[in-house]
Amino acid sequence: MPQNPTAGVSLMTGNEAAARAARLARVQVVAAYPITPQSPVVEQLSKWVEDGELACEFVAVESEHSALTVCIASSTVGARVFTATSSNGLAYMNEQVWWAAGARLPIVMAVVNRSLAAPWNVLNDQQDSMSERDAGWIQLYCRDNQEILDTCVQAFRIAETVNVPVMVCYDGFLLSHTVMPVDVPEQAAIDAFLPPRPKPLTVVDLADPRNIGQVTLADPRANAEGAVCHGYMELRALHQRAIVQALDVIPRVDAQYTEAVGRSWGGLFWEDRLDDAQIALIAAGSLATQLTVTVDALRAEGIRAGVLGIRAYRPFPVAALRAALAGRGVALVFDKALSYGFGGPICNDLRAALCGRADAPVVFGAITGLGGRDTTPDDLADAARRALADHDAGVRERADDWLTLKL
Amino acid sequence: MTKIVDLPEGEFVLSGNRACAGCSLGIGLRAITKALDGQMVMTVPASCLTVLGGMYPVSSVTVPWINVAFASTAAAATGVAAGLRAMGRADGLTVLAMAGDGGTGDIGIQALSGAAERNEDFIYLCYDNEAYMNTGTQRSSHTPRGARTTTTWAGKRENPKDMPAIMEAHGIPYVASTSAVYPDDVYDKVAKARGIRGLRYIQMSTACPPGWGFDPRDTVRLGKLAVQTGLTVLYEVQNGVFGLTSASRTLAQAGRRRPVAELIAAQGRFKGMSDEDVGEIQAWIDSRWERFMARESDPAGH
Repeated sequence: MPQNPTAGVSLMTGNEAAARAARLARVQVVAAYPITPQSPVVEQLSKWVEDGELACEFVAVESEHSALTVCIASSTVGARVFTATSSNGLAYMNEQVWWAAGARLPIVMAVVNRSLAAPWNVLNDQQDSMSERDAGWIQLYCRDNQEILDTCVQAFRIAETVNVPVMVCYDGFLLSHTVMPVDVPEQAAIDAFLPPRPKPLTVVDLADPRNIGQVTLADPRANAEGAVCHGYMELRALHQRAIVQALDVIPRVDAQYTEAVGRSWGGLFWEDRLDDAQIALIAAGSLATQLTVTVDALRAEGIRAGVLGIRAYRPFPVAALRAALAGRGVALVFDKALSYGFGGPICNDLRAALCGRADAPVVFGAITGLGGRDTTPDDLADAARRALADHDAGVRERADDWLTLKL
Repeated sequence: MTKIVDLPEGEFVLSGNRACAGCSLGIGLRAITKALDGQMVMTVPASCLTVLGGMYPVSSVTVPWINVAFASTAAAATGVAAGLRAMGRADGLTVLAMAGDGGTGDIGIQALSGAAERNEDFIYLCYDNEAYMNTGTQRSSHTPRGARTTTTWAGKRENPKDMPAIMEAHGIPYVASTSAVYPDDVYDKVAKARGIRGLRYIQMSTACPPGWGFDPRDTVRLGKLAVQTGLTVLYEVQNGVFGLTSASRTLAQAGRRRPVAELIAAQGRFKGMSDEDVGEIQAWIDSRWERFMARESDPAGH
């Protein structure tokens, strides 16, 4: 395979960064179906395959359901696979999202975050991937285009270590179609970091024929030789252990990546001026990047604000979050998604993680950016000021703050 | 044409599987796996075949078998074939997608049509037992007119979907119709398909004692009667050239089909059908048969 011709810093969109990462990872099968704003990822991969620059099977399937199915089947026979989708495309995959995880396949999928219909809206929020929270995938959120490239490469290493698929989530248009300088590593550095895919958990082999994914009873059951094999519940427990194990694997892989490439992304989450903060502003993705600008403004007013950017949403880094937030007065969580009838998913997960901790901050929630609603650093700063005022007035529980809502 | 006594003796389907008594699917599967000499990887959705395959950690077959989601059989076969190519493991291995009539003509048709349009490299075998038998005999698009199912209590009102014709319209290199009670015909068609690249579609009529309502000992008799009436037609279309095969070819030469009323009377699912309705089904079979005869006399036409 030719060496990466554009190694070094180039200007590129988030989508091109994701495609370049898949190429650097030497993916063997890509299957995809077009949807805005994901399409440029697979258009680029398709072109590289056509031009002979990437030795890969590219399957232009007829639906997202089939896109993930092809990835599942190719991954089952041992190939390294990649796909990308957005919004209703991810929703259409839903059945196979669960299948990929239950089958314990190390698939990497870029989810270019976009709102869900109805009504139609092509712009960014994070409802699509947040709605797949419980499906058994690892979910990593990216703050900029460099992190998209580096995280997609890291995702293969993480997935292949714990045999759990990974969604690399990044904001539609805000990152997917925005050009930024991205440093593309040398192929040799990535090859050293990411060895070929290890043998799958279950092999497809004529000499040792298996019936893979067949009906499995709740209780353990003996095979023909009398050896007792796992029941459905044991398999689910092993899956849970693997995804919890990723809490150690994600930072370790980030450290290995730093060694190979020279960049670190902080593993489970990242912090900006959090050490002395009285208010922690929390979000996932590019919104967290935006919050660093908000913190500049708040700090100029003498408000000790800091940012905690969620990188790993699943597994949810409970212990690390408890430690990082201990002693803060207020945690204000900005969600670009909603669990209808309850509230923001990151906010409520954080509340559950901190429940009963004497040193935990008060957690307030804010809903923002649904359907691409523009939220400025000033809007975010206003929300922080309101949260602090409520806190100082003794408020410990309140309804979610819907930013810029005009009802 | 291979005679039953000349089929290879090696077996890839173990005795004692979980299929119903008298199920013809096992007969067909034995012939299919023999024709591929076990050099195969299967993709199987939720269906009676899943039941036949057994429950973890026990399997009734000795070939690699990947269970897949209901709608995804053809896309999964696409992925297995692509993955094997990418891994350099494709040589000599046939990917076999095998699903029921509902898994093929209803929920699986989108993925199958997509794979056929792309002419993906696998054999798709639809075993047609004419309803959702695994879930308790609900109607499918392949249920014949007049049949009572648990979702057509008064008898289905529509004729079955013609999946082989739909697949032929995709322009794929090989389309065939066979019946599990003619394992020699099944064997020959799968063996021929094995030597062809691209998407090969075979539909296999699969007589079903509980779903059709007949005694398990009558499976072969009923399956053959369906062919003798001209309702099930054994044929193949290779690169656009049509040909009747096996018992259907003999039937065409003899020119005497048995009345469908005999087949209807032998099955509980048609109980209480009026003579008028039976007559309409006979007329439908007659007109279909005439079209097959026309193709047989002009194989490359159409």
